[in-house]
Amino acid sequence: MKSSVIEVPAVTLKTGKVRKTTEIIEKSMSMTFTVCGFIAVGFVLLITIFLVVSGTPAIAEIGFIDFIFGTKWASTAKEASYGILPFIMSSIYGTLGAIVIGVPLGILCAVFLAKVAGKKSSALVSNAVNLMSGIPSVVYGLVGMIVIVPTVREVFDLPDGANLFSAMIVLAIMILPSVISVSETAIRAVPREYEEASLALGATKTETIFKVILPAAKSGILASVVLGIGRAIGEAMAVMMVSGNVANMPKLFGSVRFLTTAVASEMSYSSGLQRQALFSVALVLFVYILAINLVLNLVIKREKK
Amino acid sequence: MKILRAAIPMLLAAATFTSCGSATEKTVSTDGSTSMEKVIGYLSEAYMADNTDVKVTYNPTGSGSGIQAVQEGRCDIGLSSRSLKDEEKADLNETVVAIDGIAVIVNPANSVTDVTLDEIAQIYKGEITNWNELGGSDAPIVCIGREAASGTRDGFESVTGTEDSCKYAQELTSTGDVVQTVSSNPNAIGYASLASVSDSVIAVSVEGVAPTNDTILNGSYKVQRNFVLVTPKNKELSDEAQKFYDFCMSGSADEYIIKAGAVPVEK
Amino acid sequence: MNRSISKSRRVKIALLNGLIWAAAGIICLLLLGLVVCILYKGLPHITGELLTSKPSLLEGTVGILPNILNTLYIILMTLIVVLPLGVGSAIYLNEYAKNKKAVKLIELATETLAGIPSIIYGLVGMLIFVQFCSLGTSLLAGALTLVIMTLPTIIRTTQESLKTVPDSYREGGLALGAGKWHMIRTAVLPSAIDGIITGCILSIGRIVGESAALLFTAGMANEMLGMISAVTPNHAGSTLTVSLYMYAKERGDFETAFAIAAILLILTLIINLSAKFAAKKLKKGV
Repeated sequence: MKSSVIEVPAVTLKTGKVRKTTEIIEKSMSMTFTVCGFIAVGFVLLITIFLVVSGTPAIAEIGFIDFIFGTKWASTAKEASYGILPFIMSSIYGTLGAIVIGVPLGILCAVFLAKVAGKKSSALVSNAVNLMSGIPSVVYGLVGMIVIVPTVREVFDLPDGANLFSAMIVLAIMILPSVISVSETAIRAVPREYEEASLALGATKTETIFKVILPAAKSGILASVVLGIGRAIGEAMAVMMVSGNVANMPKLFGSVRFLTTAVASEMSYSSGLQRQALFSVALVLFVYILAINLVLNLVIKREKK
Repeated sequence: MKILRAAIPMLLAAATFTSCGSATEKTVSTDGSTSMEKVIGYLSEAYMADNTDVKVTYNPTGSGSGIQAVQEGRCDIGLSSRSLKDEEKADLNETVVAIDGIAVIVNPANSVTDVTLDEIAQIYKGEITNWNELGGSDAPIVCIGREAASGTRDGFESVTGTEDSCKYAQELTSTGDVVQTVSSNPNAIGYASLASVSDSVIAVSVEGVAPTNDTILNGSYKVQRNFVLVTPKNKELSDEAQKFYDFCMSGSADEYIIKAGAVPVEK
Repeated sequence: MNRSISKSRRVKIALLNGLIWAAAGIICLLLLGLVVCILYKGLPHITGELLTSKPSLLEGTVGILPNILNTLYIILMTLIVVLPLGVGSAIYLNEYAKNKKAVKLIELATETLAGIPSIIYGLVGMLIFVQFCSLGTSLLAGALTLVIMTLPTIIRTTQESLKTVPDSYREGGLALGAGKWHMIRTAVLPSAIDGIITGCILSIGRIVGESAALLFTAGMANEMLGMISAVTPNHAGSTLTVSLYMYAKERGDFETAFAIAAILLILTLIINLSAKFAAKKLKKGV
């Protein structure tokens, strides 16, 4: 946003030579800044071009329908097949599970921080959430590997604890900080008049929260859900450590591979069509995320109106 | 800015420590198999101790990736824990530097101590699914394996005849991971380079033969594969790379190969 | 006040209140459990030897000094490149841009960049910097990839802090005859510096925590790199996070892995506190 300032050309008080140098400096800095400004756009274009160029050959060779809807991924078998439906479905289920577990927990915590907590508890929980958001994903994966996987195995009496369910739990924990902070901002932004009017009409504080404030903060809360979905779909490292990594169609307690882990686990040693297929998986992921962001942002805009 | 101000002298100090001698540094880059990590680790440390101006680097990326790296010229020597395929032999040379036994490992709590090759194949194909079919407790068998381009998996599957038909519960990306997973799951079975087997798991004997240096050398322990150094056919190795290669293939390398848990070949 | 609330309403209210407190409690417990687990398993293994040596098989020791240095190198390299780019971009958006559409386009691009998952950055970084620019797997390629990743953060925080600089500063500078760049350099930037520093610290936090983007660009090797080799192509190096992944998954060495996790946790805490401190200073100054 440009500041609303009237510009006075800096030429009135300077002599000829100094004026020229100043002009040159000013002009070149102006150009530099313009270039800098559009760098972000340049990067997006660069990323899109590279992904599309590396990702489309494989899709062309394997066939779009076979690729997206094929259910068998056997990239190094003698009769290789490259269907990525298992990855797509696993990513969808994993994200859904993370959202179902994480969003209600996150919203309730945001309500706590914004409306219910006293100063001390608010500071305590707020700091806890802040710290959680900075912890690297591999650390979450490590704790997931050592604590959650064996626990899931014991509690549900399974042969192996590294499955979709463990991944959902780890993802839910990871998206909590984002959901909480954005929801909290949205809840705090609801005008006090709503709350006061509701209380004046006889509702208790809790009823006000759930029947008046939360609906009013709907668009902000939806934005936090979008953030959470983005984080969950894009997570690779933590999930790779707890989900088993076999390219199956997703089952709650079955070993799965997500779009992200499919790319990460085979990339380093792939070659030929397999490698290009992995680029295509990344392209699919990229398009997916752009599409989700677009759709959900449109939904939010409509809610705002 | 204050943070940067503090970091710069810190870095300069650390860098001075570490870059002494880097002016005349020669490097030999190796890339590939994770199973060979210990072998190449010992060999390169021993070599660097005697030749202080040379640096041998190792990038653990997997056999398939190492072979590719040599093909694309991104490293000097590739490391593979499987023999080269025919199409790879067109422009690459392979030299066997050691033989590695692939241990079939189970959890220490498991009572099964011997299996036949057929039983292994049936377990991994999903035809035997419970430990009690082998004389163990009544528990489901959890098959742990490696990812698709692993040299260890290739070796295991070709010896047991289970290519393309293994049903894994987990496909892990390294030998160390397989050992760790089997050690923490009482119902798991897995395969890993003998060199990486620790006390946390038990290596079962195959058809009555336990994996030891002797049984591997004379072939009676059947589940084994070669550790191979991969070099380009049409390009000469650099001087330093050639010297390191010669060291690895010489008799003086044998003690380090044994320390690493593999079996040196007759030279 | 005589409130006649029906029993069912009271039960509902109590239930919801209970849920709210339970949620907050669960989150605190989660964090507590996480921190206690990591510190309990990791602190005992943080020895002087771990922190100051490189891993050696012949001597049977483990050391993470190469990884600590690699992390520092990458932070420095990334910041050196991304700060001018990001601050310049924010200056353009806030001070120079006249076309509303252009501003919207840039902001859309920045938001898109912020939403791309790190594994895709890793892949694209590999395609662009490792292969296309022939840098090979190197710290340099990793740093450049991280530049693209942290650009949105720097742009956003710098923009915010530029917005807090009162227009009177700008008007005063221009009225005294300064050119636009001169005015920005002398009147606006110094006041916005605190915000830029906050952005710096947030980016450092992101860089320290990043792993997926570095797997294929900076590699997984554990070599000791001097300052010169750190910036030359083809010198791969693993940072703390990548080495944690390697120790845990590839070597099964959980003692070292948890030690690294504990170090990372402490680092995160320090970075968080510094960001808060810088933010407080910003508020005070305005």
